[in-house]
Amino acid sequence: MAYVAVKGGERAIDAAHGWLAAERRGDPSIPPLGVAQIQQQLGRSVDRVMAEGSLYDPQLAALAIKQAQGDLIEAAFLLRAFRTTLPRFAHTKPVDTATMRIERRISAIFKDLPGGQLLGPTYDYTHRLLDFSLLDDATVAPGPIAAADTETMPRVSDVLGQEGIIEPDTASEQEPGDLTRESLSFPASRDVRLQALARGDEGFVLGMGYSTQRGYGGSHPFAGEIRMGEVSVEIEPAELGFTIDIGDLVLTECQMVNQFKGSKTVSPRFTRGYGLVFGFGERKAMAMALVDRAMRAEELGEDVTAPAQNVEFVLYHSDNIEATGFVEHLKLPHYVDFQSELQNVRRMRAKQETAE
Amino acid sequence: MDNPRSARQRWMSVLARAETDRLRALLEDQAPLPEYTVLRGPEAGLVMVRGRAGGGGAAFNLGEMTVTRCTVRTETGLIGHAYVQGRDEKRAELAALTDALMLDPGRTDALERQVITPLECQQEQRKEERAAKAAATRVQFLAMQTMRT
Amino acid sequence: MTPGFADPVADAQSCFRAVLEAMSRPGRVQSVRGVTAPAPLCDAAAAVLLTLVDHETPLWLDPAAEAARPWIAFHTGAPTDGASFAMALSLPDLDTLPTGTDEMPETSATVILQVTSLTTGPAYILDGPGLREPATLHVTGLPGDFASIWQRNHALFPRGIDLILCAGNTLTALPRSVSVKEA
Repeated sequence: MAYVAVKGGERAIDAAHGWLAAERRGDPSIPPLGVAQIQQQLGRSVDRVMAEGSLYDPQLAALAIKQAQGDLIEAAFLLRAFRTTLPRFAHTKPVDTATMRIERRISAIFKDLPGGQLLGPTYDYTHRLLDFSLLDDATVAPGPIAAADTETMPRVSDVLGQEGIIEPDTASEQEPGDLTRESLSFPASRDVRLQALARGDEGFVLGMGYSTQRGYGGSHPFAGEIRMGEVSVEIEPAELGFTIDIGDLVLTECQMVNQFKGSKTVSPRFTRGYGLVFGFGERKAMAMALVDRAMRAEELGEDVTAPAQNVEFVLYHSDNIEATGFVEHLKLPHYVDFQSELQNVRRMRAKQETAE
Repeated sequence: MDNPRSARQRWMSVLARAETDRLRALLEDQAPLPEYTVLRGPEAGLVMVRGRAGGGGAAFNLGEMTVTRCTVRTETGLIGHAYVQGRDEKRAELAALTDALMLDPGRTDALERQVITPLECQQEQRKEERAAKAAATRVQFLAMQTMRT
Repeated sequence: MTPGFADPVADAQSCFRAVLEAMSRPGRVQSVRGVTAPAPLCDAAAAVLLTLVDHETPLWLDPAAEAARPWIAFHTGAPTDGASFAMALSLPDLDTLPTGTDEMPETSATVILQVTSLTTGPAYILDGPGLREPATLHVTGLPGDFASIWQRNHALFPRGIDLILCAGNTLTALPRSVSVKEA
């Protein structure tokens, strides 16, 4: 691969940027879009950009969306670039999703699970008909309310765990790997795989998850539980020596319950896949749980035959910032490369012609 | 609160969620406030948020969040710290100052009543409002029960 | 407790530049600004700590500098379970510090050593990358057999520790690549 330095584009680049800024603003007779409006009214885009940008900051994500004219991968790229300018103070205590302040919680395996099912602000039962009333800015009534129940909502994995018919969580105090500090190496442990999936491209992870359902490494999944809501975040600063609560994050968690297995020594029990993402990102959390389970094939003694079970394939291609970089680098001048290929083809053609 | 540490953890968690303008207004009512030196910050940075595989298993790095921290020392020598979500430097500084003031036994009660409790009530109210909206979407499965009887 | 840099961004950048200059031109003395060090550290040592050390770089602290521990812990958040950096008031036994591996020589320790003076005292002749011709450095506060200790470290190249010498508000550096002889 060779590149050649080319000068002379400076004025064109300035003009392109100038036009871009004007295009971003659009027709000046239309009011400009505020970052607060994006943050409030395009919440699913903000959540997706935070998840794939791997940085939880709704205001910055909204700004990135505005700057990128709604190109969400470009916006995630902007967040990834911004985070490199900040020092890292600490890491949090692992968030406890069992104490999540639930805004949505559903289970496809138990109708009457303890704590009940809450639909939350979902699109699931909408008819996917365009709502023309949104063309006019009609005022919207605040949503209905009801007396909140104080019943606790154990995770469905903990409910099944009491019977011992699902594999338990195996806690470990080992320091987890961090893709932002050490580059990917193989074999990649589950902590690193989960980090890669959590920041991976939603479309890629969704496609991979879908492929497992269509028979490429199927694991007979049930949506054990999906929950979304706020969790508090705690850190332990060295100067204080005790943990403090620094704020709340909205997270979506998916517990996938998968095909059971057993052996002579271990009674049959269900296996699990896990998904956890920033914001309200149910599709992503579910797909992540499917792919997490698929990538556990080797650990669970299954044949590794399908793309979603191939850890290297999934992890090397899940990151849309990296993928964008390599695909789009093809736009860079390859004049010398191409000249040499051109000469080769011409020479070969000339040889062929003389032979004829 | 049963001990000084958990009391401090509670007010720090309330301060971490306080809105800047509200906190500033509540503090202004506590005038005169002592002079203070900023020992560190306010500076924006990151913390790496961790989750657990399966919800209760081994920790993994989920992604980062923005945090702003600040530490101040009052002229009377009290040191207050703040770590607050987001990038609002003024909020972190006011939270650190309030933390320091809360450590002054002569001020604790007044601040508790006039700053911390009102902020906490506001935060609780917001949580309750969201919980009430979520509760309205609880599925009752009434049809199933009717069919059985 | 006292503050760190007066202007955290500019002062840290300027100190980083000073360390970079000192590492690339071994023995040339640089000065730093913007910090009032906690006892018993000198200003340059405190500035280097603020600039290079954070919660991801474990720090070994000389027991003789224990009084500065709260300040260092507060401003850097450095853990104590290892030694990416060592802050010393007298040259520690270099054999006890990580020297890196041939594959990852960057995992070795950097020793920040506080000395009495970088302008008076025994003279050392420095030679190696970054020096067009051998340079002379005067240091008060190094052990009598420093040159032979250093040459053993130098011989480990590409492994080996790097040394930042601090006195008052000045500093200089001896990267592992430089050889040291008594004048």
